[in-house]
Amino acid sequence: MINVLLKRLLSLAVVVFSVITITFLLIRISPGGPFDGERKIPPAIEKQLLEKYKLDGSLWQQYSGYMRDLLHGDLRLSTKYRNRTVNEILAQSLPVTLCLGGTAFLLASIVGIWLGTLAAMYKQSWRDYFAMICALAAISLPSYIIGPLLILVFALHWTVFPVGGWGGFSHLILPTVTLAAPAAAVVARLMRGSMVETLGLDFVRTARAKGLRESTIVYRHALRIAILPVISYLGPLAAHLLTGSIVVETVFNIPGAGGFFVHSILNRDGFLLGGLVIIYCVLLVFFNLLVDMAYGLLDPRIKSHV
Amino acid sequence: MGCWILASNPMFDPRIIQRLRKNHAATICTWILSAIILACILGPFFLSPALAEPSPNQYAPPAWEHPFGTDLNGRDLLYRLLMGGRVSLLVGLCGALVSLTIGTTWGLVAGYAGGRTDAFMMRVVDILYSVPRLIFILIAINAFNASLQSWASSLGWESLVQFSRIAILIVTLGVIEWLTMARIVRGQVLSLKSRQFITAAQALGQSHTKILFRHLLPNLTGIILIYLTLTIPAVIIDESFLSFLGLGIQAPMASWGSLLADGAGSINPVRSFWWLLVFPATAMASALLALNFLGDALRDALDSKSR
Repeated sequence: MINVLLKRLLSLAVVVFSVITITFLLIRISPGGPFDGERKIPPAIEKQLLEKYKLDGSLWQQYSGYMRDLLHGDLRLSTKYRNRTVNEILAQSLPVTLCLGGTAFLLASIVGIWLGTLAAMYKQSWRDYFAMICALAAISLPSYIIGPLLILVFALHWTVFPVGGWGGFSHLILPTVTLAAPAAAVVARLMRGSMVETLGLDFVRTARAKGLRESTIVYRHALRIAILPVISYLGPLAAHLLTGSIVVETVFNIPGAGGFFVHSILNRDGFLLGGLVIIYCVLLVFFNLLVDMAYGLLDPRIKSHV
Repeated sequence: MGCWILASNPMFDPRIIQRLRKNHAATICTWILSAIILACILGPFFLSPALAEPSPNQYAPPAWEHPFGTDLNGRDLLYRLLMGGRVSLLVGLCGALVSLTIGTTWGLVAGYAGGRTDAFMMRVVDILYSVPRLIFILIAINAFNASLQSWASSLGWESLVQFSRIAILIVTLGVIEWLTMARIVRGQVLSLKSRQFITAAQALGQSHTKILFRHLLPNLTGIILIYLTLTIPAVIIDESFLSFLGLGIQAPMASWGSLLADGAGSINPVRSFWWLLVFPATAMASALLALNFLGDALRDALDSKSR
C-alpha cells in the first residue's frame, strides 16, 4: 500500500512538473509581452519593469528562477493586477470556486446515484426511459446553454433567483444546478449500467431467496458493489467541478478563479496563469489518487493487487 | 480472405441495421441531423448575402422579414446561425477525424505490440487523462495563431488567413480528444489478436503493417464509427466552449458558441433580446442531442448485451 502511494506521489510530481514547464514555454511562445499597452513604454522603464517581475535574463535563467520560487511556495506577482501577488489573488478567489464546485459535486453525486439506482430497479419501464432520456439530454447540453436559459426563465421571467453575483444562498442555486446537471447525468448513466449488472449477480439472488425486502437488497447489498465504477468517476468529476466552473462563473458573474483564468490568458499574465494551472493540476491528480485509495477500501477483492 | 473480413465485420451484420431501424428515436435523430446539416450547407445559398451585412435595423424581434430577428449590428440571425453551423459542424467533423486517426493508430499499435510498448503507451494515455487538456488549448491557440497567420501570408495565401483559427481549433481539439478512442481500440485489438484469422495471417508470413491495416482495422470499423458519432458532439462542445469565452472563432465569423455568447450577453433585467439566446441554443442543442442519441443507439445496436 505504502509502495503504491509513493509511486503515485512520484507520478503526481512528474505530471505537475511537466505541466508547469509546458505552460511556461507556451506563454513565452505567445506573441506580445505582459506590458504591451496603448502607450509605448520607454525602454528604461520597461527594463525596470522586467527586472521587478523577474522577466529579464535568458529563457533558462527565467525558468530556473521561476521553479526555485515555486519550490518556496511563491507564485510571484501578477503582471496585470499590479502589486498583487498571485498567492493573494488565489486566496481570495479560490474559496468561491471551491464552494460552488463542492455544492455541485454533492448535488450531482446524490441525485445521480439515486436516479441511476431507480432506473435500474424499474428497468425498461417508463421511469427508466424517462430518467435516461433526461440524462442524455443533460449530457448533450453544455453549461453555456443551460446557464443562460435558466437565467432567462428563473431570474428574468419569474424573478425567483438573482441573475448573478455572489452572496447569499439564493445566489448559489442556479449556478450549482447548471454545473451539476451534466455531471449528475453521467453519474446516473454509470450507476444504472452497473446496478443492472449487479442485480443479476448470484449474491443478489441469494439475498432474494432469503426473502429480504427489495429495498434492503438494493441499498444494503447491491449498492456497495454497484457504486464502484461510479466512485472511479467521482475523482475526475470532483476535480472537474471544483476547477471547471470557468463558464458558469462567467455566465453568472461569480468572482471565482475561473474568471481570472480567462483574463490571465488574454492579458498574457503569465504568473497568474501559471499559478492557476498548478492549482488545477494538483487538484486533479490529487482526487484521482484519493479515488484509487477509496476503491481498495470499498471492495476488499481489489485490495490484493493494489 | 475478403469473405472472412466481411463475415467477421460487425458492421455488416444485418441484425444491427434491423435493430437500428426498430429504434424510433435513432430514426428521428437521423432525420433531424440530416435536416440541420442540409440547412447549414445549402441554406445560405438561398438567402441574400446582404443579410450578413450590418444594417440600421438593430435588435429587430422575429418577424416575416427576419424570421429569427436581428442582432446588435442589424445582421439577420438566421443567416448567421446557418453560417455558424457550418463552422461548428466543420470543426466538429474534422476535429473528430483527427482524433480518430491519432486514437486508432495509437490503440492499434499499443494493442498489437503488447508487452512493454503497450504498457508505456497506455501509461502516456493515463497521464494525459489527468492533465487539464482544454486549458492547454486555450494557451496554445493564443501562442500559435499569429505565427500561423504570418506563415500563411508569407506563402501568399492571404485568403486563408481568416481560417487560421479554424485550422488550429481542428488540430488542437483533435489532439486532445483521442484518448478514449485509443483505449477502446486497444481493448478490441487485444481480444481480436488471439483470434484464428490473425494467427493464420501471421503463419502466412504477412507483414505487421498488413496485419494491422488489412486484418485488424476492418474489424474495428463498427466500434470506430460509433465513437466517431460520440466524438463529434464532444469536439463541437469544446469548440463552442472556447468561442463562448471569446478565445475560439473570432468576429465577424460566427460559430454556435460565439452566437450563444452574444445571446447570453444580451439578456438583462432591463430588456432581454431573448431571440438572440433561444435560437442559437435550440440549434446547438438539437444537433448535439441528435448526435448523442444516434451514437447511443448505434452502440446499443452493436452490443446487444448492454440492453
